[in-house]
Amino acid sequence: MLIGHQPKEFLLAVEGLTVSFDGFKAVNDLSFYVEENEIRVIIGPNGAGKTTVLDLICGKTKATSGSVQFRGTELTKLKENQIVQAGVGRKFQTPSVYDDLTVFENLEISYPRGRSVFGSLMFKRDAAVRERVEEVAEMIFLKDRLNMYADVLSHGQKQWLEIGMLLIQDPDLLMLDEPVAGMSVSERVKTAELLNTIIKNRSVLVIEHDMKFVEDIAHKVTVLHQGQILSEGTMEKVQNDPKVIEVYLGH
Amino acid sequence: MFGDYSIGDLGAIFAMQGFAGLILFSVYVLMALGLAIIFGQMGVINMAHGEFMILGAYVTWLTSNFFQSHLPSLFSGYFFVAMVLAFIASGALGMLVEWGLIRHLYKRPLDTLLATWGLSLILQQAYRSVFGAREVGVELPQWMMGSKQVTDTIEVPINGIFVMVLTLGITMVVAYIMYKSRWGRQVRAVVQNRVMAGAVGINTEKVDRYTFGLGCGIAGIAGSAFTMIGSTGPTSGQLYIVDTFLVVVFGGAASLFGTIASAFTISQAQSTMEFFMSGSMAKVLTLLTIVGILMIRPQGLFALKVRK
Amino acid sequence: MINSRFFNRSELLGFLSLLLLLAVILPLFLDVFRLNLVAKYLTYAFVALGLVMCWGYGGILSLGQGVFFGLGGYCMAMFLKLEASSVANTKIQSTPGIPDFMDWNQITALPLFWKPFHSLTLTIIAILVVPTLLAFIIGAAMFKRRVGGVYFAIITQAIAAIATILIIGQQGYTGGINGMTDLRTLNGWDIRTDHAKVILYFFEVFVLFACIIAAQFIRLTKLGRILVAMREQEDRVRFSGYSVANFKIFAFCAAAMFAAIGGAMFTLQIGFMSPSFVGIVPSIEMVIYTAVGGRMSIFGAVYGTLLVNYAKTMLSESFPELWLFGLGGLFIAVVLFFPNGLSGIWRDHVARHIDRLIAMRSSKSKKAWAIKSAADGAPAE
Repeated sequence: MLIGHQPKEFLLAVEGLTVSFDGFKAVNDLSFYVEENEIRVIIGPNGAGKTTVLDLICGKTKATSGSVQFRGTELTKLKENQIVQAGVGRKFQTPSVYDDLTVFENLEISYPRGRSVFGSLMFKRDAAVRERVEEVAEMIFLKDRLNMYADVLSHGQKQWLEIGMLLIQDPDLLMLDEPVAGMSVSERVKTAELLNTIIKNRSVLVIEHDMKFVEDIAHKVTVLHQGQILSEGTMEKVQNDPKVIEVYLGH
Repeated sequence: MFGDYSIGDLGAIFAMQGFAGLILFSVYVLMALGLAIIFGQMGVINMAHGEFMILGAYVTWLTSNFFQSHLPSLFSGYFFVAMVLAFIASGALGMLVEWGLIRHLYKRPLDTLLATWGLSLILQQAYRSVFGAREVGVELPQWMMGSKQVTDTIEVPINGIFVMVLTLGITMVVAYIMYKSRWGRQVRAVVQNRVMAGAVGINTEKVDRYTFGLGCGIAGIAGSAFTMIGSTGPTSGQLYIVDTFLVVVFGGAASLFGTIASAFTISQAQSTMEFFMSGSMAKVLTLLTIVGILMIRPQGLFALKVRK
Repeated sequence: MINSRFFNRSELLGFLSLLLLLAVILPLFLDVFRLNLVAKYLTYAFVALGLVMCWGYGGILSLGQGVFFGLGGYCMAMFLKLEASSVANTKIQSTPGIPDFMDWNQITALPLFWKPFHSLTLTIIAILVVPTLLAFIIGAAMFKRRVGGVYFAIITQAIAAIATILIIGQQGYTGGINGMTDLRTLNGWDIRTDHAKVILYFFEVFVLFACIIAAQFIRLTKLGRILVAMREQEDRVRFSGYSVANFKIFAFCAAAMFAAIGGAMFTLQIGFMSPSFVGIVPSIEMVIYTAVGGRMSIFGAVYGTLLVNYAKTMLSESFPELWLFGLGGLFIAVVLFFPNGLSGIWRDHVARHIDRLIAMRSSKSKKAWAIKSAADGAPAE
């Protein structure tokens, strides 16, 4: 272990992460670190490998080489559900909620108890569960829709519901893939407000294109290009980086 | 089980059984080719594929009867005519089925599986009503019978060689169509992005229909080959659908080379083991091995690593 | 007691009418021969019930349920066969005391795996455990490697093919293509009499309802909801911290166990077991029972099984050549036009009218109540 390089300080330490799809390196020798309570936004042009990075961290895609350490635990060796149980939550780009279940049931499934087969057989919907579900439903503006089936919700409401499902999971690291994409202006405003409340007391890794939104929330920005880091730092530093300007405007 | 034979005997046995397995190999390749094209193109498992094959077999039988009674002088060449007719008949039925049934079921793979199974039952009963429940066999022309003596102990059946050469020819034609022709490019475009392909002016419905027809037509040719190793009955095709699907999966779907290699492995394993044990146990052992391997390596033997 | 939380109104209606039909109406109006036929159909209802769990809720289509049905049936048959092959009954054989088909195949001693089937307790354990264990092995191997959908369906179908060929090939141990026949008594009680058949019928109905309640229980737990969730958004469930594979294994094992119970019932009712109930064709037919009833409906599965089998018996008695056309057409029609089967038709066309009637009546009474409470000065709801 290197001196002066204590992985314990970081919540998430990604080092030398590489994945190759049939020869094409979608993510190439990527290293970055996320601290406790940090809000990190990943930006970059299409095909830069942003979503793949999230996929690699949450175990959806297996890394070809490199390591992902979360509080000292190596995530690349764990299964997806173990990664979740370690405290990493992930929201997908397209809202993935359970259409055939009610809003209440959607949230309840994410409640972090009774996750084994027999645990879920014995799971009781007690007062604690009900209170927590109602509390989260209020935060995500769906309190009066608890008994509706999720398939009747609007696109934006489904996005909120999925955010709510992550919230109830109470992860230490929350990863959001384009949380405001496809939302109306008023929904965007509400979502920003929602995100600002839920990012307290946890680290967040966000992929987003909406620069106004990024400016509002980011502590630090990482710019990806062709699977590698092009630039990293504060929003201001990144915006003035000639390499970034070249990639975004140069073509 | 090998203890009773000398090395030389074993070599001869393997070679002989290997050549005897050539027709089975050809049937597998042709069936799997059709199945793989249809599966790759539309994600449809055609459980009635065996019945399309049997249609080809019946057409071959009818053609041979026709030549025997009306054109006995041309009998030696009937097989070529039969193959073309088998291709046309099965292909046409395939296009009809695509229009009437399959196109309503894209994106519902499990449902297509059930629906095409229903179709296979209907076809079986139709064959039984038209051709009778009794199995029929075709007579081979003189030049296809017998075998060539290669060494003292090894004989090669002529029809086996003929069918295999034919199969490889058809495979090359299909490979050319799919990978080099303009139409093949359209097919692959539709596979990769149906909406976009439609947007750039490809008639996706037509592509689907012809692809399904092509797959079924090849199954018809497989039926022609099939008449050389077995007699044709209404339910003969059903026995082949599971085998063929295993061939496709075992080879790694979407890999032409994989399909051929796995058809070869499976037919040879089956044929070789048949010499040492009963046919049914050879089959059990072959299937069990494939299922076992697929449980360990579900992506098949030659699958590419693709981004999901 | 069954309260309205365990069954909602239409489920309660389904439960009670099924109970009435199976436990009262059919036994009252059918002769023993026809009742025995119903008993045979009902053995498939166990399989259909299992398929509702694993296919309807879990989205896992197994085309190999006949294997589990057969395993359960064969376990039962082995016990009965041993009892029927007492030394006294088989003294004309060259080796008395072993099943007749073993003697015909020059087997001179009872194979080891047959020995536990001397005991009824061990037999019952075997019926429940052996098929479930096999399902567990298959499920663990496949689901842990993310094999699902059509691949899983085809591989289970291949397993059904293997099982049939194996049973037919190993006739010395299994009775071959004829199966295990000439089963007579269960612990000395003759199962072939009319009286026994009626008792067995009621026993079967009892067990079926126990299974229905078990299935309903599973459906209502969080596990049931996770199955539904998994069918729609497998990744979301996985990234909510659940091991999707384990839940699929559970559903598949439960379906296997139901099927095995049905198989054992079949052997008891019909008095024999043969490979013709194991292979590809019976296995996929069992799927159509579920599809006709409605793949999501526990009661639909039972009705669907009864209906399809009744049609099969009727048609193949009078127009044998029509049956396959009918069955094939049924597969296509269910998939194309009635994806939710009978229960879907019921829900969309019948239940809606009932609901409307009830809603009209209750709104009338609510209105009356509101007027009354307003008059009383109490706050209306």
